[in-house]
Amino acid sequence: MAIKSALRAATALCLISAVSVQADTITIATVNNGDMIRMQGLTDDFTSKTGHTVEWVTLEENVLRQRVTTDITTKGGQFDIMTIGMYETPIWAANGWLVALDDLSADYDAGDILPAMAGGLSYDGTMFAAPFYGESSMIMYRTDLMEAAGLEMPTAPTWDFIKDAAVAMTDKDAGVYGICLRGKAGWGENMAFLTATSNAFGARWFDENWTPQFDSDAWSETLNFYIDLMNEAGPPGASNNGFNENLSLFQQGKCGMWIDATVAASFVTNPNDSTVFDKVGFALAPNTGKGKNSNWLWAWALGIPAGTDNEGAAKEFIEWATSKDYIELVAANEGWANVPPGARQSLYDNPEYQKVPFAQMTLDSILSADPNNPTVDPVPYVGVQFAAIPEFAGIASEVGQEFSAALAGQQTAAEALEKAQALTVDAMEAAGY
Amino acid sequence: MARAVTTKRKSINTALAWAVGLLIFFPILWTVLTSFKTEAQAIADPPIFLGFDWTFENYSTVMERSNYMRFLWNSVIIAGGSTILGVIIAVPAAWSMAFVPSKRTKDILMWMLSTKMLPAVGVLYPIYLLFIRLGWLDSRVGLVIVLMLINLPIIVWMLYTYFKEIPGEILEAARMDGASLKEEILYVLTPMAVPGIASTLLLNVILAWNEAFWTLNLTAAKAAPLTAFIASYSSPEGLFYAKLSAASTMAIAPILILGWFSQKQLVRGLTFGAVK
Repeated sequence: MAIKSALRAATALCLISAVSVQADTITIATVNNGDMIRMQGLTDDFTSKTGHTVEWVTLEENVLRQRVTTDITTKGGQFDIMTIGMYETPIWAANGWLVALDDLSADYDAGDILPAMAGGLSYDGTMFAAPFYGESSMIMYRTDLMEAAGLEMPTAPTWDFIKDAAVAMTDKDAGVYGICLRGKAGWGENMAFLTATSNAFGARWFDENWTPQFDSDAWSETLNFYIDLMNEAGPPGASNNGFNENLSLFQQGKCGMWIDATVAASFVTNPNDSTVFDKVGFALAPNTGKGKNSNWLWAWALGIPAGTDNEGAAKEFIEWATSKDYIELVAANEGWANVPPGARQSLYDNPEYQKVPFAQMTLDSILSADPNNPTVDPVPYVGVQFAAIPEFAGIASEVGQEFSAALAGQQTAAEALEKAQALTVDAMEAAGY
Repeated sequence: MARAVTTKRKSINTALAWAVGLLIFFPILWTVLTSFKTEAQAIADPPIFLGFDWTFENYSTVMERSNYMRFLWNSVIIAGGSTILGVIIAVPAAWSMAFVPSKRTKDILMWMLSTKMLPAVGVLYPIYLLFIRLGWLDSRVGLVIVLMLINLPIIVWMLYTYFKEIPGEILEAARMDGASLKEEILYVLTPMAVPGIASTLLLNVILAWNEAFWTLNLTAAKAAPLTAFIASYSSPEGLFYAKLSAASTMAIAPILILGWFSQKQLVRGLTFGAVK
């Protein structure tokens, strides 16, 4: 009898400990974007399904980058999942800092992830981060102002058309500017836009021997065109404008066109925040007829740092947050316009989502960006609006300051390009290229 | 002979003081006002000053999304703990420098101050690695010690300046009456330096409360103070200024109230020894 009781107690203890082993608490570092906030609000669904609980660490984007980079390079082990992008993923994977996501369950249907996204988040053919949402860039324009200017936006406009339309739509006395573009310095701010734009003008960061190319005619044409356009039809103080500043201007009806992240479409068409929600059209980012558009490709993705104690629970979370079911969950709670876009083909096959006005243009923009072949001439790097090498962020931040100063009128485009070339040559030589 | 102050001159001085005060306070006032607006009103151009429908929605959203009390409690422990620990170490150090200086005292004081001149990010990696070894990452103990070390030079300098104003003869008299070193510091020196110690405490609590480099880089979910709470509402893709303002107001409110109630003590301490 005593032995039986002891066995029962031992079995019960084993069961209790087994349950407690399975129910982990995972810590996730993320940014404060709308889609991430919605994910935090729906975490109870994950907990009810798996028993795991989640601790969120939400930080501003630049702080997050510094924070997670410090932690992963020192193996600090503070996070079980990190929100990272297409720039970090291949670099960190090459260093062995991320767990490969090559054993996700069959239900997850990894084959449904858009090839551009899966490719940008892979290293050596293996995916190391799963896309939570993906984005490209496109033109958002005021249909009423375009009509008043007597113009019609083509599906794939050229930069020359955009310049003519911007000038025609500008009414400075009424505080309406034909075009709003990023001018704030930063590798993820003005340099994301200008690098993507330079691709359409036939420019590139480096030639096949890693020689910087800011002394090329194509870069000169890119920067001069951008500065002339902004001087003629852009808002005042544009060198301080990033995504949020331009979003604010567009929502208040002060921009005729805005070329920026596709994710902005849900903001500018939201009647609660936007005064022009019912007058917005969409088109592909402009080209110059050289075979490349000016749009970028980016994904906010979830990756697991190597060495985490909670790898199993972390993988379960990633499967949950980037699954088809999660998209259905968001649609049921917040509506189809608010589901995380740009990650899965099945979303764009869904008739309900096809009714969302910006859905098709978002997909077309994503599909037209090729990170493995981003420029007119061949390049040795991967990435549309960046070059996926560790030195890029530092160099591009400095180059961004020179270009922003040129836009502000503190120096000429030629001077900015000369400085950009010199500092890039120095940095690349110091890095051993 | 004191110069007579006319009523007109007094009025001008008062108006000028109010104007400067309001100018300095305006960003805080604007943050508080924005926290009661909708997101659309927060970005309105021209800006809306008072003519808007006041809403508490941002506060309820922030309270719903974040565990404010946990962030607040962490701030209280980290700011309070680091300041108290710093003062306990700095009082004997400042006493020895003020009353029994050696020929190297000035150099030591300058060296201590020079540690404040290094950009914090320069030592991020060494400290991070040290914290991993000691198991202090995302712990309040680790942050108390780091913030104490960061503010220690300021605490020592402030106390040293206050102690220098106290005549050494008084301490000498206490010693002649048989007071031990501990009694001399505790019962003679400290009561005379209370205004100075109080203002040192207050200033360092404010500095530690607002410190946003180490508190963001050495914490994750458990020990994060109010600086991390504010950072969590800053967004690169989305206009959440009203919610950010609500979070900022909630983060600065406790320290603002503390500063308001202790302003007399603070001013008295900061001007201690200014007029002889």
